[in-house]
Amino acid sequence: MSTSERTRIVGASVPRKEGVDKLMGRACYVDDIEREGVWHGATVRSSIPRGLILSIGFGRHIDWPEFTVVTAADIPGSNHIQLIDSDQPCLADGKVNHAEEAILLLAHPDKHKLREAVDAVHIEYEPLPPVFTIEESERQNVIVWGADNIFKSFLLEKGNVDSVWAEAAHVVEGEYRTGAQEHLYIENNGFIADWSDDDGVTVWGSLQCPYYVHKALMAVFDLPTEKVRVVQTETGGAFGGKEDYPSTLAAHAALLAMKSGHSIKMVYDRMEDLAATTKRHPARIRHRTALDASGKLLAMEIDLATDGGAYSTLSSTVLSRATLHSPGPYVCPNVRVRSRAWATNTVPYGAFRGFGAPQAIFAVERHMDEIAAAIGLDPIELRRRNFLHDGDTTATEQVMREPVILDQLLDRALTESNYAAKRAQFARENPASPIKRGMGIAAFYHGAGFTGSGERTLNSLAGVDVTPQGQVRVLVSSTEYGQGTNTILTQIAAEAIGLNMEDVVMAPPDTGIVPNSGPTVASRTAMVVGKLIERASLQLVALLRKDAGLGDDFTREEFFAACVRYRATHGDIVSLCRYEAPPNIFWDDQKYRGEAYPAYAWSIHVAQLAVDTVTYSAEVEEFWAVQEVGRVLNPVLAGGQIEGGVAQGIGYALYEKVVWQNGRMANNQMTNYIMPTAEDVPPIHVFFAEIPFHHGGYGAKGIGELPHDGPAPAILNAIKDATGVSFHAIPLLPEDLFAGLTAIEEAAAL
Amino acid sequence: MSSPWPEINITVNGESHAVQAPPIKRLLDVLREDLHLTGTKEGCGEGECGSCSVRMNGELVNSCLLPVLQAEGACIQTVEGLAFNGELRPLQQAFLACGGAQCGICTPGMLMAATQLLTINPHPSLSEIREGLAGNLCRCTGFIRIFESVIAAVTSAPTTETTVHAR
Repeated sequence: MSTSERTRIVGASVPRKEGVDKLMGRACYVDDIEREGVWHGATVRSSIPRGLILSIGFGRHIDWPEFTVVTAADIPGSNHIQLIDSDQPCLADGKVNHAEEAILLLAHPDKHKLREAVDAVHIEYEPLPPVFTIEESERQNVIVWGADNIFKSFLLEKGNVDSVWAEAAHVVEGEYRTGAQEHLYIENNGFIADWSDDDGVTVWGSLQCPYYVHKALMAVFDLPTEKVRVVQTETGGAFGGKEDYPSTLAAHAALLAMKSGHSIKMVYDRMEDLAATTKRHPARIRHRTALDASGKLLAMEIDLATDGGAYSTLSSTVLSRATLHSPGPYVCPNVRVRSRAWATNTVPYGAFRGFGAPQAIFAVERHMDEIAAAIGLDPIELRRRNFLHDGDTTATEQVMREPVILDQLLDRALTESNYAAKRAQFARENPASPIKRGMGIAAFYHGAGFTGSGERTLNSLAGVDVTPQGQVRVLVSSTEYGQGTNTILTQIAAEAIGLNMEDVVMAPPDTGIVPNSGPTVASRTAMVVGKLIERASLQLVALLRKDAGLGDDFTREEFFAACVRYRATHGDIVSLCRYEAPPNIFWDDQKYRGEAYPAYAWSIHVAQLAVDTVTYSAEVEEFWAVQEVGRVLNPVLAGGQIEGGVAQGIGYALYEKVVWQNGRMANNQMTNYIMPTAEDVPPIHVFFAEIPFHHGGYGAKGIGELPHDGPAPAILNAIKDATGVSFHAIPLLPEDLFAGLTAIEEAAAL
Repeated sequence: MSSPWPEINITVNGESHAVQAPPIKRLLDVLREDLHLTGTKEGCGEGECGSCSVRMNGELVNSCLLPVLQAEGACIQTVEGLAFNGELRPLQQAFLACGGAQCGICTPGMLMAATQLLTINPHPSLSEIREGLAGNLCRCTGFIRIFESVIAAVTSAPTTETTVHAR
């Protein structure tokens, strides 16, 4: 088995494949592409959250014949952005369901003339009553989507929770809330589009999932597969924010290209990107938990609601992952999770690193500390008594067949952070100090790959080929946007074939060249696509041995000589592999039962935190992240994933607040939507335990999303430890801390 | 057809240019559009993210906030001017080895800010590195490996002694 062998390249911190280009300023992002005769596109958007479009007028001071104008009537195919469902229009037609919804598109050769023209389009509306919150949507007084405002609901049941309440020694309830979060990739969304009657549509853009965009364009233009080509340009961050939105922008740019007869460039500025594109789903999660006298879980009843925004986009799958992560990494014989994603009149919420899990894990891991306080048990001990172990079953009755080492990860985290001694020290020092310090932990898993039967449905295809110039190319639609796709997949191919890193390159991320290896999401690239590249590489060697006389041991020169012989007799050298599910994987979508994920990554986070009771600021002073993610393919890149995820998680907990006004993001600037800076992030200590997973690329499981799951609950648990006050909602800004802490002081003074 | 705009003379990465552009055109756009130096990036357009950072007459500036008129006669260094004869500088090498760049979009500005820091303070402490890079936002790395890159660049520089302190 390859995963247990010593490796030359896998497991080494080889430099980022495209790193030199990025460090020289040569890496070509979409806005860096210069195109002769290009026109620029702009979007006219809804100024109200919900209503009917009565008329569209064009101001007389603009020379409109200079412009290309596109409305819904210009769409040659179907006016929808194809994703899981098809409810989201490409351009609003007759009505709008959220502020900033695209209504009309403009193009002009001079981009500086577009802003005035956008402002000169006058749209008259008949406003309809909007719905802005989960609670308003739940009331169903105003129906804004479908028959009942519900995008999706799930019911997960294990055992019988109702039989337990009466006999339980303890029953603890709590409600937890999480806010919207902006991805804040530093490169805004952007596309260039070409149209020709012969070749159809070609787009170049900043994106995660080339074949999602491909599918969406086929529907909008009513074109066959071969008439749509999608090319990913260097992508300056994504975090899920370029999973579904690029389909919309690509379609807009391509519609303008078709009608104008020119190449079109559309690159959003920061304010437009923040106001008009997706964010993390806000959530409200209620827990009711029964325990026996020893602190063992007897029943967990969880009610989970998310705000999905105006269209369904990815809300159903985000809700699914939230549902499956909501009981946490614990054994419980009786579980019921009822979850619903609700429609509101805001920008549709979409994918964001963690995909529902950060919301669910915030709730359960805050709740575990609340339980510990309520029943008088140490939070660490409560978790230990209930951790999943090998052979246990999850809430979906998935048997843990792979090793589960939460106890060891917890031990390591407690030792590395000096947890017990620090807690004792802070307990001594806090009473006499205006700075209150505390320690908080979170324990969690993150399922790698698509949920349930998702990977079977995706049926991904990936592989390698050898060019006539003597280069092995990795053929995937899995994209690089900072996480390290290029590097780890070329490492895997070079390792499996027996070549050097320089011998292997990535094929261009172009749907005209690479097969559909599935979307670049769900922490699936290293595990699922990595395994396909490992298999395809070994298959290539076997092919050359069989048909081109390649020996058992070979040098790189002998390998490429065999390629020349093979090409002379057989033609092109291509080795593709299709996804094969691990054995004994079964998932019942109806009953929501079975193997929810092929593998889980496990983690313990510890936050050391200081609350200043004069300024009411909370500062994370130090952070520890201990995790088991299968084989670590590249320690530097893997460490960077953990640190970056933790920093985003700290922002999620303490800094990042989307301010809504009438359904529109009011603080859509970097000056007032605040993310952690170089002066805000604490030292982050990262530790890996490695248990190779046989069905992942060289033993890898998922890693990218995991680190975003833990910081928020660890931080709020540390605030409780520091101040004695429980907070149940994020983001927790200084004004929220002030309100919560002074309310307690006032109550005590009465 | 002659340009309606007066010439503005700037030196970029050691080369002099006479640019004909509206005087209030942003230096960022002059670099990217007129001089085709697209290494310098726009992240926010309001001086908040630092992606457009360049060095001008020995100062770090946000090129998105600077009308090109104010750069008349100035010497400007961009990311394209960092490498020497196509070879990465120790700072760039350190970013490569330490994982200081992920998606790469903040990297040009971050490299310029780090270059500026090391120019005025060749032996920065960790807290001085944090302060020196605080005007440059990175959403991928959590900054930790960027700090390590700067520290590594200092310690790998052949003639310098390191005084980097843990916070």
